[in-house]
Amino acid sequence: MKLKLPHMHRTMTVHLIAVFLGLAAGAVFMISTGNNPFAGYAYLFKGALMNYERIGNTLATATPLIFTGLSVAFAFNTGLFNIGASGQLLAGGLCATAVGLTVVLPKPLLLLLMLLAAIVGGGLWGFIPGFLKALFNVHEVVATIMMNWIAYWVVNYTVPAYFKGEFLETESRKIPDIASLRVPWLTELLDGSYLNLGFFIAIFVSLVIWVILKKTVLGYELKAAGFNRHAAEYAGMKVNRNIVLSMTIAGALAGIGGLSLYAGYAVNIQIGILPNQGFDGIAVSLLGANSPIGVLFTALFFGILHSGKGFMNAMTEIPPEIGETIIAILIYFAATKILIERFLDKMNTRFVNRISVQTGEVIEKGGN
Amino acid sequence: MENPPIIEMKGIRKGFPGIVANDDITITLQKGEVLALLGENGAGKSTLMSILFGLYRPDRGTISIKGKEVQISSPTQANDMGIGMVHQHFKLVHNFTITENIVLGLEPRKGLGMDLESASKRIKQLSEHYGLNVDPDEKIEDVSVGMQQRVEILKMLYRDAEVLIFDEPTAVLTPQEIQDLMKIMKNMIDEGKSIILITHKLKEIKAIADRCTVIRRGKLIGTVDVADTSTEAMAEMMVGREVSFTVDKEDREVDKKVLEIQGLNVINRRGVMGVKDFWLDVYGGEILGLAGVDGNGQTELVEALTGLTRVESGKILINGKDVTHSNIRERIESGLAHIPEDRQKRGLVLDYSVEDNFILENYGDDRFNTYGFMNRGAIRENSEAIILDFDVRAGQGSDTPARSLSGGNQQKAIVGREISHNPDLLIAVQPTRGLDVGSIEYIHKRLIEQRDSGKAVLLVSLELDEILDLSDRIAVISHGELIGLVNADEIDENEAGLMMAGVAKGSKS
Ligand SMILES: Nc1ncnc2c1ncn2[C@@H]1O[C@H](COP(=O)(O)OP(=O)(O)OP(=O)(O)O)[C@@H](O)[C@H]1O
Ligand SMILES: [Mg+2]
Repeated sequence: MKLKLPHMHRTMTVHLIAVFLGLAAGAVFMISTGNNPFAGYAYLFKGALMNYERIGNTLATATPLIFTGLSVAFAFNTGLFNIGASGQLLAGGLCATAVGLTVVLPKPLLLLLMLLAAIVGGGLWGFIPGFLKALFNVHEVVATIMMNWIAYWVVNYTVPAYFKGEFLETESRKIPDIASLRVPWLTELLDGSYLNLGFFIAIFVSLVIWVILKKTVLGYELKAAGFNRHAAEYAGMKVNRNIVLSMTIAGALAGIGGLSLYAGYAVNIQIGILPNQGFDGIAVSLLGANSPIGVLFTALFFGILHSGKGFMNAMTEIPPEIGETIIAILIYFAATKILIERFLDKMNTRFVNRISVQTGEVIEKGGN
Repeated sequence: MENPPIIEMKGIRKGFPGIVANDDITITLQKGEVLALLGENGAGKSTLMSILFGLYRPDRGTISIKGKEVQISSPTQANDMGIGMVHQHFKLVHNFTITENIVLGLEPRKGLGMDLESASKRIKQLSEHYGLNVDPDEKIEDVSVGMQQRVEILKMLYRDAEVLIFDEPTAVLTPQEIQDLMKIMKNMIDEGKSIILITHKLKEIKAIADRCTVIRRGKLIGTVDVADTSTEAMAEMMVGREVSFTVDKEDREVDKKVLEIQGLNVINRRGVMGVKDFWLDVYGGEILGLAGVDGNGQTELVEALTGLTRVESGKILINGKDVTHSNIRERIESGLAHIPEDRQKRGLVLDYSVEDNFILENYGDDRFNTYGFMNRGAIRENSEAIILDFDVRAGQGSDTPARSLSGGNQQKAIVGREISHNPDLLIAVQPTRGLDVGSIEYIHKRLIEQRDSGKAVLLVSLELDEILDLSDRIAVISHGELIGLVNADEIDENEAGLMMAGVAKGSKS
């Protein structure tokens, strides 16, 4: 622990610098479109955090991103690229919605069953690419992208066929209150915001994933294969089983994200959309340094950008796309974090050099 | 000597977390000489050379080239100043041709395209000039390790390097390739180049170096003329005590059979039979040395025994139990341990700490976890014991990332881990690769202890000396076949060499 702290500290510095650079670049855009960036950012953050309702909505927006971010980060820690969080989220969301619309149970039990359904749906969507990779060495990037589209079409057929809405063909019926993650006391507490139990599940799950990766034998084994597959094999670990397991867990995480999106943030599932949250999850994971805690905070930051941009647009001339632009720039800066690290290193050695030169002088003087 | 030295590093200091790798070190290199750097594992040799090559910046100290002080802050800069380096672990692109690898970074242009033809011509010229024997059009993945090293050498020559740094170049070479390399180095000296050579093999220093600088635990001990210093004296300077070069071993009766190999056939990666109808028993209480020229089926045999490769036909028994189709974990549980040939590929998870690497195979043991949660206390205890026992030198002890261990200490960590399992059968492939003489002495002692306590050791080594010193029996493999099996005391170096070349002992031809 002693040793990891400076490292954590360093990663955080790097990512904060990335965030800062991203915001600065956003400011340049605002200026170039003839706007005042200070006003722009003020409205952006106001829009996200101005009152209880908006704070609640920001957290609700962040919730699915926490799950998809965790999904990508978990896979990444074990050496796998999960590009399929979108499909897993859809699959999980569809299963949860199906249960919510058809099963009659008391609320706690129903929610638990929906959670289970989301885990199974998302898990299956992760299991298949994992299985294909382990058995036939199909690259998981290809397989997860295909699974995204399979989920897309499955939703396209099943929703109109079985869960058609009252008025619209393109979305499912609204889930009843009893099947929603929204609970009255929370909604009232935050002045009618969308904030729901999903957010608390997300925090809890982040901690669980952190514990799994850091403290458990399972995490040790999965990460070993991620860092060095050859060594894991050599040591007798079941590398193939671990690939399947890891993708399944990643899928299940995104699946719960689907529950929080379609039965918490929203009240039904729509067809014809490959949800963006899945792809944003990649960015969240990257910017969160692939650590569960980093993901949690990054998702919240993304939540602010997403939910504040509307207000910014309403109050100024700044187009809402600026929010997306900032996110895109952030990703670039996070990806170039090696450059930032190198820069920090340089500053560091300069600093050390100067100090050692100084102490060197002192020693020489002392010697004379 | 009135000319300033071509390289002078003066008062160099470099600290890493928890350790000072170089502490006020000064070396000089004259034009046209070979300077050897000698020091124990973790003494700071690679660090010093990485500083000269611009990979690290020193905390303090100066570097001068031909009397002029310079700042070297990147390998590109080092190249521009005429400094080249062959690293211990090569940096080549495997599916590129040799030419493409050599010109990488300074692609010769012709209009918009690349002018690989003239590059290839120049490479051929250089290769002939220095006796390197390289075919510029071959792909890296198709050539031997020795050839890859020559490509690294050509990379330096192609960039007109005047000063060539070799970091343990012979650790990965076969005895024949070492001979060739020595010749190549002599050619380079004749051309007026200067060489800094890091090696643990005193014989090589004797053979080629003019002067030798000795480092111990980051500090400069001194520089000696090689011609009037004995190898024993150099070893003592380096370790700080007398080193014994002979191995003491008492005769003993063998115990029961531990490993039985019965008619083993293994198909290798190229799809041909790498091991053919191989029969061999290894007994408890003996060290069986497997000798052979590199690439004659040793790798395939070891991978089949340890479970990394599938067996085509035949049987493997450990302690009488058929493990031919068992997975790796089951074999480990049957009493097998394996010191792998490639320490960075198989032996370590470089991004894990030292202590986490020490439980790579037995992390599932009851003492290391409770209900699936890691027992950090027990893991630390295990690690401290191995570090102490095998003198693994690491800046931050158990917490050190394996990646930042020196090459030799990585090796010691693996050997320590495997021996600490106290296995019934230890398959040790090049166990002392990259170790200093003091550590070699110690590891040899531990291998013999294994044998003395009734365990079986299968020693695979390209170094005939090591095989002859340690083994009770010697098996010779050639083209995947067992072509000889003799008691170690019935054979001398020459006979062994002949057998390895494929002439079976006692055969009438
Ligand atoms: N990047 C690094 N980070 C932290 N410590 C390091 C790093 N590189 C080297 N060290 C430490 O510095 C010391 C010297 O290492 P170095 O690699 O120079 O040894 P060496 O003399 O080349 O040994 P060997 O013969 O085993 O290769 C070692 O204790 C090593 O653990
Ligand atoms: Mg070294």
